[in-house]
Formats: sequence, structure tokens, C-alpha cells
Amino acid sequence: MILDPKIPSGPLAEKWNKHKFDMKLVNPANKRKYKAIVVGSGLAGGAAAASLAELGYQVSCFCYQDSPRRAHSIAAQGGINASKNYQNDGDSVYRLFYDTIKGGDFRSREANTYRLAEVSANIIDQCVAQGVPFARDYGGLLDNRSFGGAQVSRTFYARGQTGQQLLLGAYSALSRQIGLGNVIMHTRMEMLDLVVVDGRARGIVVRNMVTGEVSSHAADAVILATGGYGNVFYLSTNATGCNVTATYRAHKKGAFFANPCYTQIHPTCIPVAGDYQSKLTLMSESLRNDGRIWVPKKQGDERPADQIPEDERDYYLERKYPSFGNLAPRDISSRSAKEACDDGRGVGETKVGVYLDFKDAIKRLGKDTIAERYGNLFDMYNRITGEDPYTVPMRIYPASHYTMGGLWVDYNLESTVPGLFVLGEANFSDHGANRLGASALMQGLADGYFVIPYTLGNFYARSGVSDVTTEHPEFKKVEADVAERTNKFLSIGGKRTPDSFHKELGKVMWENCGMGRNEAGLKKAIELIPKIREEFWSNLKVLGKGEELNQSLESAGRVADFLEFAEMMCHDALDRDESCGAHFREEHQSDEGEAVRNDKDYLYVAAWEYAGVGKKPNLHKEPLVFENVELATRSYK
Amino acid sequence: MNITLFVWRQKNADDRGKMEKYLAKDISSHMSFLEMLDVVNEDLVQNDVEPIAFDHDCREGICGMCSLVVNGTPHGPERGTTICQLHMRHFKDGDNIYIEPWRARAFPVLRDLVVDRTAFDRIMAAGGFVSINTGGTPDANALPIPKTDADTAMDAAACIGCGACVAACKNASAMLFVAAKVSQFASLPQGQAERKERVTNMLAQMQLEGFGNCSNYYECEAACPKDISVKFIAKMNREYLRASCLKE
Repeated sequence: MILDPKIPSGPLAEKWNKHKFDMKLVNPANKRKYKAIVVGSGLAGGAAAASLAELGYQVSCFCYQDSPRRAHSIAAQGGINASKNYQNDGDSVYRLFYDTIKGGDFRSREANTYRLAEVSANIIDQCVAQGVPFARDYGGLLDNRSFGGAQVSRTFYARGQTGQQLLLGAYSALSRQIGLGNVIMHTRMEMLDLVVVDGRARGIVVRNMVTGEVSSHAADAVILATGGYGNVFYLSTNATGCNVTATYRAHKKGAFFANPCYTQIHPTCIPVAGDYQSKLTLMSESLRNDGRIWVPKKQGDERPADQIPEDERDYYLERKYPSFGNLAPRDISSRSAKEACDDGRGVGETKVGVYLDFKDAIKRLGKDTIAERYGNLFDMYNRITGEDPYTVPMRIYPASHYTMGGLWVDYNLESTVPGLFVLGEANFSDHGANRLGASALMQGLADGYFVIPYTLGNFYARSGVSDVTTEHPEFKKVEADVAERTNKFLSIGGKRTPDSFHKELGKVMWENCGMGRNEAGLKKAIELIPKIREEFWSNLKVLGKGEELNQSLESAGRVADFLEFAEMMCHDALDRDESCGAHFREEHQSDEGEAVRNDKDYLYVAAWEYAGVGKKPNLHKEPLVFENVELATRSYK
Repeated sequence: MNITLFVWRQKNADDRGKMEKYLAKDISSHMSFLEMLDVVNEDLVQNDVEPIAFDHDCREGICGMCSLVVNGTPHGPERGTTICQLHMRHFKDGDNIYIEPWRARAFPVLRDLVVDRTAFDRIMAAGGFVSINTGGTPDANALPIPKTDADTAMDAAACIGCGACVAACKNASAMLFVAAKVSQFASLPQGQAERKERVTNMLAQMQLEGFGNCSNYYECEAACPKDISVKFIAKMNREYLRASCLKE
């Protein structure tokens, strides 16, 4: 199968406009004849469901939470980028495009990334009109802050809760459409499979998480906006419910999965405290502006921080990267912390953490200034750890945060299964091998508000109304498959809970396919994962019934999919024998520990086709063509 | 530390439900409250007892999913903190902890500690929005908004929709929740066009859902994990009065 990204011809800056004209339209009176299923209600899904309903399509939206407002987009703190150039500091669509391509280490598609930068300005207009309370300056205009990987101030924010406010904006638009009867909202419903008939996505099979009822839903197109798979590591900054099930089930039905090994690790999270840990909490990266990162020089140093004299401390980032120091980029900073801990110089009870010390900043600027800058973060840290960062250095450690990989989509956001569209973090399209800060919110909303409303219409106009109803035997078959799987979980009658398997898998993935990867480790993981999977299917213990609210059962289904997905992720990481962005193969680094790309052999998107459980998936390559930017080496010296 | 838990167990919406006693053994003071429940659940499963169902998702205090009444207080003893962010260091060895679901007629229990809060979504659908469609909006800086107004709107918009205000109120009133949304839009120029309809429709839906009214005990503010102020209830009452006077 040849992967056609369907990139419009013509100059980069005119592609999207030209494409918008070339796409077919659905007559306003005919729109109501078309049904769309949207799975997920975060920034991408919520925005898409609301916008499509406004256009007149019949929309059904599904989420596993009790309300669409709870999707994990809500947890994003920092902000959202847009090329408004309100600060008159030289920003432009092209600059945002270039920064994003470069930040992604030249592993994303030019045309998609350019479109993202292009529609970014519309997003801010849209959100302000919805009543999103962005930060403003005293003249009443919008305020901006600067963010990693950019030299201009283009980040819009709402205190430390930008994701929350943007999501509530999309949720309010969605609520309006629900009230008008244009969207049928299904909460506490989990998508458990995709239904494909004659090569076209026709609908989904879901489980009602309160009653356990399994039901089918047919539509003319299915849109997945189900987020990332960071929880494959078990511990991540994702919500505990985030999972790969929807995208992985679609993968098993024919959708190719692209670049699963591109996972971003965020350097400043609160370290793991014990085996019982259920999730990790991010501390804003801005802390690195004033905090100094260090570990003791001596291995196994048990002294408390304040008793370790200055000359026995290793400020390793300042030592290794004198010009960037503590502000070294995310991937480098993360890997250095891991190195220090692997070397036996980690701090805290578990010895898996490094200090982020504000002592010098407090001496220089005074406690009040530090409190003004970081007060809420210090309070949050104190609440979680019980330690006061004004007097004791913070302990931080990297954690899985965002996944750039996802289902392969073309320029129209359509997957390799016709009629199946994928939006937001769930697709692979815009961030390449590494995502810049404040760009996740931008992509989710761009896809939902400004891309899918156009490209879905084009699909409908060209493909027509689907003639398959839920009475079709394929729906019945998939329903039966889902029921059988559920019964299987309940009937194994083993000894271990789904969570214990998830933890075991997470450890294998974190150790072998985490911040640093190498051939031996990846091969080991590919050996270990099937063994965990085997035990899972013979020794799982899930109590209760299928026809009731059963959280262990929900968890079992998600872990089962992670156990298959993880293997594909390792294959991808093994196959990509180069370092790029967040994918760091230890075999390919410069003397300074920088990622060394191999553009000659790996300038492509790796799209994997399902080949069966435990079998290596088939690799399809979409070559990346750079017509506008020159491939350069990222340098942070 | 070892702790004795008394937990509300209820098979489904029709079941009567009752408190059950469980032991939480070897609990670390670094655990979050929900991690303590995870450990207890793991233990229950090993003893063939069905685990305690409770809502949770982000576990960082922003999604609003977690919803436990701990020792009679929604989200437990720490002010301005969701239960997912409360850590066990606030308890001591030998403590008894009582854990119950949100209790309100409009929030029926689905199982154990899980309740149905879709009433909040229906209130939002009745008017918690600005009626604009995607696209065709003016430039974001075309309309300057005084910083103080934007800040007030943000103070109100910080609500996470968890429902602790309802659980804390003896009338099971949703006034703080509704007031936060009404006040956000009433403070901004974008909300002016529908100012009257919004407050009227949202309050009508609130009553329809079976939430009570406000009798000024301010329990809601005390329980709110985001410290939403009751001054917004006063603001909403003024909005409602204004809307009533302006009725055709």
C-alpha cells in the first residue's frame, strides 16, 4: 500500500487556501443527512463536535468520563502558541512554522505544520469570542509570555490553567449544541472497537460503564480524538484513565500507527515516592529560570542537602552546558538527570531524583520575589511532598508527558481506513519527533475548530451517505467479539489485578524504551512484553460482573491493549536506528551527548500496519520531503 | 501507619447501601488519599472482596472527577484542596476515617462512592455559553477588556465543576456552581448579549434538577477546592434581579 499524504500542490503558504477551494462542499440542506461520531471530548474532540454540529451535521460524541469537561486537556498549565505578533517582536506564521519544524527535529510534514501555524491566530480569536478569560495587561489587551524553543513571546495564557480555560470554552460551545439537540452526548461510555465494512469506517461499539451494556453506533464517519498513550509507562503526567484502546483497536482494524516511539519526557516532575504511586505531577518548566539543578558529587551521599558543602555539589547542567546551563532543552535535561541517578548520585528516599535549588535565587532576589514568581508552584509542591521549597531544595525527576506518535493521517486528517479521522494528540501529524511547549493546545484546537469542519465535508461530498446500519452482520459480530473479550477477563480467575500488570509493563517500558534507548534494551523488552502478556491472559483477576459499574474490568481492557501496543512501540524504537528529538538511541550521540540524526536513511514517517498479536507489524514509509526549510542540526550550546 | 476506614458501599442506584469497615495497613504518609484507597482495593481483591468504586482521573486537582466526603467534609480536611491532592500525612496512625459519596437528590449514587453529576451538564446546556459559532470572530484584540474585569472573570472561571459545593450545602444547592459560570460571562463584554437569558435559564434548570436554594451559610465556599468566593452568588442574585426587572 502506498501512503499518500495528499499534500496539495503549490507554494507552502497557499496550500491550505487552495485546498479549501478544491474540496467539495455539502449543500446546507443536505448536511443534516450526514452523521458523525466523535470519540473523546477534549480540545480536539470537543471543538470538532461543537463545530460540526454548528454546521448542521448530526453528531454523537462519546467520552469515558462523567462529563465532557473532564478530558485531560484540562490539565495543561502553560499556554497556547499563536502567530499573532501582538508583541511586535518579529513573529510570523512562517516563524512559528519554522520553530515547530525545528523543535520536532525535522521529522514532521511541512504542509501540516504550516497549516497549524496559519490557523493558530484564528484559535485565539475564537476563544476570546467564547469568553475565555486570557491574561491581559493594564491597557486591556492580551498578554503574552515566552516559552521554550522560541525567541518571541507568542504564548497566550490564563494563569496556570490555560488548558482548563480553553477546554471549558470548547465545552461551553459543545454544551450549547447539546442543549439545541444537535449533539447527542454519551458520557461514561467507552469505545471498545471500530466497525469497518467494505473498507470504510461505519461506526463503533461501546460499553456503557454504568450498566455494562454493549451497543453499536453507526455513522457516515468516525472521528477519534482520544489523546495519547503516555500511560504505557504506567507512571506519567496523564490522567489515570488515559489509554490507547480507541486508537489501538482502530489500528487492529486497519489504521496504520505512525512513529509510536516518539514520546516526550518532561524534565521537571515531582519524583516517584513509592511503589504505590499512581501518577506523576508536572511542575512548570519555568522553575528552571531561577532554580539550580544539582546532585552530590559523591555516590550514595546520605547527608541532607544543607549539609553538603558547595564544593561537593555537582551542578551538572551548568558544568556540561555552560551557555544554556539549567535551561538546557527538555530532552537533554531529562537524560542528564537519569545519568546522575544511574550513577548512584540521586537524592531523596528513593535516590531517583535530583535537586532543584532556589537558595541562591532567594539570596539574590529575596523570598518575596521568588514567592511572587512561583508561589503557587511552591505551594503545590509542598502539598504533595510535605517539604518547603523555600528552605529545602525541591526534588525533581523526568516523567512521560506527551506522545508525538499516533495514528497515521493524511493532510485531511484521515487515517488509512477511509472515513476514520484522527485529531489532536491521537494523530501523529504536526510535532515530528519532539513537541514544543504550548503547542499541544494549539494543535488540538486547530484540528477541531479549523481543519476537520472542512475536510469532513469534502469526505461526505465525495463518499456519500453510508448505507450500513447497526443491523449489519459486521456490527453484530464486533459486538459479540467485545462481549466475548469482557467475559474472558471475568473468567480467567487468576491471582493478579490489572493494575499489577500495568505497573510491571510500565517498568519494562521506562527502563528500555524511555528516555534513552539502545538495541540490547529494546530487544530485551520485545522478549519480556509477550511474557507479561501471557501471564496476564492466564493469571488475571477481575471480580464482579460485566453488567455493572466495574472499574477493574475497565482497567483490564485498557491494560490488555497497552500490552500489545507496547511491543509495537519497541519495534519502532528499534527500527529507527538514529537519534532524533525525543527519540534518543544511545548508539547515536555526539561527544556532548546530543542526538545525532541520520537524514540519509531515516527521513521518513514510520507507519506500522497490524500483523497479528506478537508479530512484528509491517513497516510502511512515508518519505518526508522538505521543500522550504533546510535540514539543520539542533544546537543548544 | 494503620487506619480504620468506614466506607459507603452500595451495589447500584437501587441498593440501600451501608457503611463497611476496612483496615488500611502499612500506609505511608507520602501517599495521596486516593493512592491509599488503591492499596486498600488491591488488598480487598486479594481477599475476594469487590474493590471500592470511586471517581478519579487527573489526580492533580483540576479535572473535578474525584468526589469523596471524608469525615463529613467534601474533599476532606485541607482547605482549597481536592481529595486527590490530599496526602496521608494529614492523618495519623490509628485514625478512623469515614468515606462517603456526595449526597444530594440531584446527584444519585451509581455505585459506592460514584455519583451521577450530569445535572451540572444540563445546567450548562441551558445557558453556560456565549452563542457564537466557530469562525467569523473578530480579532482577539479588537475588544480591550479591563484587566480587573478579566481577572474577576478568571476567578469565577476557575471552578472545576466537582460538585463539592452541593455536597457541603444543607440545601444541596448548586448556587455556587451556577454563580461561577454566570459571573464569568457577566464580567466580560462577550457575555452581555445573553446576560438576561443566561441567568434565567440556568437557574430554572438548576431548580428543575432538584437542587436547593441558598441560605447563606457559606459552606460551599469553605468546601470549594478552588476557593470560589460566595460573592459570586451575590453577583448572580443581582443578575437575576436585573433580568427579572427587564422582563418584557
